[in-house]
Amino acid sequence: MTDTGAAPDRETLLEIYRRTMLIHRTDERFRNLLTQGKLAIVYYPVRGQEVVSAAMMTALNQDDYLVTTYRGLHDQLAKGIPLNLLWAEFTGRATGTCKGKGGPMHITHPETGVMVTTGVVGSGLPIANGLALSSQNKGDGRVTVVCFGDGASNIGAFHEAMNMAQLWKLPVIFLCQNNKYGEHTAFAAHTDSESIVSRAAGYGMRGVQCDGNDPVSMYTAAKEAVDRARAGEGPTLIEAMTFRMLGHLFGADFSYVPKELTEAGIAGDPVPAFRERLIEMQVSEADLDAIVAKIEADIDAAVAYAFDSPFPETDELRIDVLAEEIAA
Amino acid sequence: MNAPAKINFIQGLHQALDEAMGADENVIALGEDIGDEQGGGIFKITKGLSAKYGRNRVRSTPISEQAIIGAAVGAAITGMRPVAEIMLMNFVTVAMDQIVNHAAKLRFMSGGQTNVPLVIRTTTGAGVGFGGQHSDMLEAWFAHVPGLKVIMASNPADAKGLLASAIEDDDPVILIENIMAYGQTGPAPEAGYRVPLGKAAVAREGSDVTIVTYGRAVLDALAVAEVMAADGVSVEVIDLRTIAPFDEATVFASVAKTRRAVVLHEAVKAYGTGAEMSSRIHEELFDTLKAPVVRVGSSYSPVPFSPVLEKAWIYNQDQIKAAVGATIDRKARG
Repeated sequence: MTDTGAAPDRETLLEIYRRTMLIHRTDERFRNLLTQGKLAIVYYPVRGQEVVSAAMMTALNQDDYLVTTYRGLHDQLAKGIPLNLLWAEFTGRATGTCKGKGGPMHITHPETGVMVTTGVVGSGLPIANGLALSSQNKGDGRVTVVCFGDGASNIGAFHEAMNMAQLWKLPVIFLCQNNKYGEHTAFAAHTDSESIVSRAAGYGMRGVQCDGNDPVSMYTAAKEAVDRARAGEGPTLIEAMTFRMLGHLFGADFSYVPKELTEAGIAGDPVPAFRERLIEMQVSEADLDAIVAKIEADIDAAVAYAFDSPFPETDELRIDVLAEEIAA
Repeated sequence: MNAPAKINFIQGLHQALDEAMGADENVIALGEDIGDEQGGGIFKITKGLSAKYGRNRVRSTPISEQAIIGAAVGAAITGMRPVAEIMLMNFVTVAMDQIVNHAAKLRFMSGGQTNVPLVIRTTTGAGVGFGGQHSDMLEAWFAHVPGLKVIMASNPADAKGLLASAIEDDDPVILIENIMAYGQTGPAPEAGYRVPLGKAAVAREGSDVTIVTYGRAVLDALAVAEVMAADGVSVEVIDLRTIAPFDEATVFASVAKTRRAVVLHEAVKAYGTGAEMSSRIHEELFDTLKAPVVRVGSSYSPVPFSPVLEKAWIYNQDQIKAAVGATIDRKARG
């Protein structure tokens, strides 16, 4: 660990742990309910990628902007969307963040800076530039983070957005969560370069690769990028190395992932490793258990809130299409 | 200096942008070559604006349509009012994801938490000799997508007034400008002039047949109406000005009066906006109509290069005249 002044202190690490476990347990609950048949939604698991988001978003302020993708639960939770609202939206209820009109792939919650969640791979990057452009013009000091996977780095929008962001020195962070698979296609089968981060140089942009499963490595990279963006020093491409421990979407076969890779991924599971690290730092097991107990209680309440909430009225079809209500 | 008594489209559009940028610092412009260092846009509509408002507000961009519209969408959802220029309408194909999946839907998908007060200005039109990839009229694509507004002006004052209204509108608006019409002059409106979105104009009153049209085709419709008046046929011309949302009230009132209708546009006839207009008129006024609604549009082929072919591609005034005649004498239909 290099001492850059960006490394997390003990309090920060505990906050990253809290967010890690919030993601971990929420993801687990979604999968349990799906398995039990109590919920029927298309769900993109975030298992294995908890620490990337927890550390990144802990380096941000609440009013900083986030753009994420359909595999975005970890990003949204880490950024602070209230659990009740998020569960209600994931289950299509009128009480959700988006009145049940967005759903898991289209979560928006401006109060916590979550401005866009897109279901179109790679399309968030150009939008993130616009959020950052707005901050640059207004001088409001906000930083924008856009999350995407390794697969997204091959769509044209990635390249257009990277070029424009560097040209205009926008306060934006491109966070590539390299989970080694673009849908069902392995990194080496969709990209012949060694890394995504090497592309930053092609745009004259600062690029950093880090261990996304290591909270210190991830937070340090995130904090440095945030500080630079806020100081007007322009964008950073962060390639956070991680692993998608489950399939592209929940319930789908993922035998296309070689057994050795899955075993290595499980061995590198960031969640128990984080707990062990904190215990080594003399954080008591009781304190860690208390964090999780509080999260479990919050999830229980959120699930009940969502399932007790009404579905939207069909009149909603005419509302929010345009500013004025449209005709039936 | 007094404002000139007449202006052309370029001046009208420039005035609307200048006035909007002067009134609201959230109004910004993005597009290829739009800065003064790049000449103020290929048609000079933004000329002088980067000098006046600075390069942060008039951003000359790389050739990156997805990045232009994406940046405009992102800025718009924070409350800015970007006016993005897509140099030629065919290039919107490169940015369709940002327009269709994001600009159009973010208000709805967010449950109204965010909205996209974005204007996309673009230009096109047959007759310039640009051939197949710079001349298409693609308004039907956008009119088909819920969440987008589509506008087109037939005269310089409307161009100014529609653009001014579009910038103030809280939804994404696509303004299609016709290159062939840029030089056409008309009365200069006052500063602050507005043309409301969603409202059609009766460009000429008549009692026998209604021509429903928009953009440059309004001029052709008016010319035909003038010629046919000499033959004793009274043609009413409706200038839609806003293609989507469609001003049913004005169109239905006119056709209820004349009981005959022709719909006309420069876009290819097949699968065009004319089909929608025709269908709506039939559904609403079938029992009133004296004849089926007739459509006039351009040939179902790419816009050709050779001037002879290009002239043959676009609808012509004889076709409009024949269509009007066909609604009066159905046996005369070709």
